[in-house]
Amino acid sequence: MILAQTTPALPDNTGYVAAAYLVFLALVLIYVVIMASKLSRFERELTELNELADRDAHRSSAPGPSMEPEQEAARR
Amino acid sequence: MLYGTRLRALSIATLVTMIAALGLAFFYAPMDADQGFMQKIFYVHVPMAMVALCGFVFGGIMAIQHLRTGDARYDMRSYVAIHLSLILGVGVLLTGAIWAKASWGHWWVWDEPTLVSFLIVFLLYATYQPMRFSIEDREKQSRYASVFAIIAGAFVPLNFLAVRLAQAYTHPRVFATADGGLPAKMQLPFYLSLLGMAMLYVTLWRYEMASKNTSAKLRSLRRKLGGDEAVAPVGRTAAPTLPSA
Repeated sequence: MILAQTTPALPDNTGYVAAAYLVFLALVLIYVVIMASKLSRFERELTELNELADRDAHRSSAPGPSMEPEQEAARR
Repeated sequence: MLYGTRLRALSIATLVTMIAALGLAFFYAPMDADQGFMQKIFYVHVPMAMVALCGFVFGGIMAIQHLRTGDARYDMRSYVAIHLSLILGVGVLLTGAIWAKASWGHWWVWDEPTLVSFLIVFLLYATYQPMRFSIEDREKQSRYASVFAIIAGAFVPLNFLAVRLAQAYTHPRVFATADGGLPAKMQLPFYLSLLGMAMLYVTLWRYEMASKNTSAKLRSLRRKLGGDEAVAPVGRTAAPTLPSA
């Protein structure tokens, strides 16, 4: 590979270079967006599970059997 | 915290390396006399291709570990590695096509071994996920997929060989010092781009693994709290299932 001394005679292909780097950037961005949507799904699920755990804690602290024995066994 | 502080540090290091590589490629590396400004595509295209191919080999190594140990986590690692390499592969083909159009006036050249051999590897791996999806039995699916990943992974070095043996030297000989080797001022930006791309791959791989692990743990937690009926059954999928799910 020979290094150029001057640049004016070189072809101007800025558009192609920009397109190539944009393709790379777009791929990474799409991936990050997908990851972000997964993360928000996890957060939603965690909130749901938190509520479920709170309800369970309430039930177990309440007097009397909170569940039918069959339900309790199935849960275990 | 789902992803931990080490992953955050790795993400920041990756971003810094990639920005530094980009800066060096555009402001430090000299203009190529033959190709001019469009040669800058080299700094994204070639590292992406090399990392994608190494990722396929890594997937094969993880598949060997899976067959040796029977541990589903290795199958997941192999699956994620191949999945990410395929995404990079799409980038390689697109940036390569853009470079070819700018350089030769054609989007694709069929008599160029480098291009065609990469396309063959890409198409080979493009069948990986449909193949997994076509096998209903989870145990068989993971075993067959591992065998596929090992065989295909062994095929990948042929791609490097094809590049080396190619007669038409359209890509610079990166590690050669004479007749087409990279000039010293181009080497630093190139190696930094390669490092940045490898770090990006590792970061995304770890994010994806963390996401799969979290998903499995959430399923397990849901089962513990709400019983089996609270967990939607895992339908037919190409992705492996971790034991805790």
